[in-house]
Amino acid sequence: METALVYFQIMFLAVFVQNFVLSKFLGLCPFVGVSKRRSSAFGMGMAVIFVMTLASLITMLIYRGIFLHPRLAQYQLDQYLKIVCFIVVIAALVQFVEMAMHKLAPPLYKSLGIYLPLITTNCAILGVTELNVIRFTGESETLGGAVAKSAVNGIFAGVGFTLALVIMAGIRERLDSAPIPEALRGVPIAFVAAACMALAFFGFAGMV
Amino acid sequence: MRVTDIFVRGIVRDNPVFVLLLGLCPSLAVTTGLVDAVGMGLAATFVLVCSNLIVSLARGVIPTQVRIPCFIVVIATFVTIVQMVMSAYFPDLKASLGIYLPLIVVNCIILGRAEAFASRNKVYRSVVDGLGMGAGFTLALCAIALVREVLGSWRLFGVPISGGADSYTLTLFVLAPGGFLAMGLLLALFNYLGAERQRRLALAEQGVEESPDEPVTDASGT
Repeated sequence: METALVYFQIMFLAVFVQNFVLSKFLGLCPFVGVSKRRSSAFGMGMAVIFVMTLASLITMLIYRGIFLHPRLAQYQLDQYLKIVCFIVVIAALVQFVEMAMHKLAPPLYKSLGIYLPLITTNCAILGVTELNVIRFTGESETLGGAVAKSAVNGIFAGVGFTLALVIMAGIRERLDSAPIPEALRGVPIAFVAAACMALAFFGFAGMV
Repeated sequence: MRVTDIFVRGIVRDNPVFVLLLGLCPSLAVTTGLVDAVGMGLAATFVLVCSNLIVSLARGVIPTQVRIPCFIVVIATFVTIVQMVMSAYFPDLKASLGIYLPLIVVNCIILGRAEAFASRNKVYRSVVDGLGMGAGFTLALCAIALVREVLGSWRLFGVPISGGADSYTLTLFVLAPGGFLAMGLLLALFNYLGAERQRRLALAEQGVEESPDEPVTDASGT
């Protein structure tokens, strides 16, 4: 029961209370760039969930299993190798996922393929791995617990990202036909709409 | 193109934040105060200049197929250097920048300049390009931070502005929704100024029959 509650808390926090896009400002480039149509927003979201989950899992395994390993702790690998290691893992993962998808699931590759290369430089992915390292490496965490919590956090951070992206795409589709002052047309009005969404999500603050 | 042009272009005509819409995450996340904005701007400028330097030096050596991972590793190395220097000399700044400091690695401006400029140009042009883009990024961060800090907490560089208007602060602007709002309104303002300028230039052209020397600012935001 206790554990279930912990995981539910991680989930709710990642999707609503600390939504990556609307309260942490992570992943804004695709949020602005790929939110013109709902179908492409959904595809991008799915690709992000996929890579985010795997990245959270693998980076946490490396961090806890190698960087903080009792025999290696004296070299303080986490001080100077963390950023390089995490970004290489993400870049390699994206490449690998792209190749595997191309061979094993061509229809999926066709629908997600164009978004995959963009994901390496999506700051939400590196952001979630950094946050996992900060949140789930306390003394009391076991290796398995930390990895499981990271993976759950990764999935639902991706779900939160997709939610924000799809809502935004829905709004922007309707904004196309709205009478908007010349200077606000396009990206500026998208930011104002995002401000309204962020205000709405702000209502979840303090719930967990 | 002259070297001064390369520098100036990064500040106005190709401003990374307001015109190219790159590096949006830090420009909203660390602009609640001017101190953070300047710190982030300088850190990113340092990484940008160094990565442009290395990428430009190695432009004949890196095979095209694997250039992106190579660029990213170069950038990540310099970000690690910045992070270690900052934790030694400016621990407060490092704490307030938080996870956005390591996230300089995935700042699209840096990878974008490595790909679009440094990998095709001579070393010192690339360094100047890095300086110009970095200055443009820093100025853009400062513009957003100025609006948010003054309206949101009635302070400048963390120092309270005299005048005793504490009770009139709009706390919204230091929170997440205010970041989006300030960014949207600033973008609209720059669009408006750009359009006005173009209109005036067009009028002047009709009246005096004299074409303007300087290029027309493109602030359409796309």
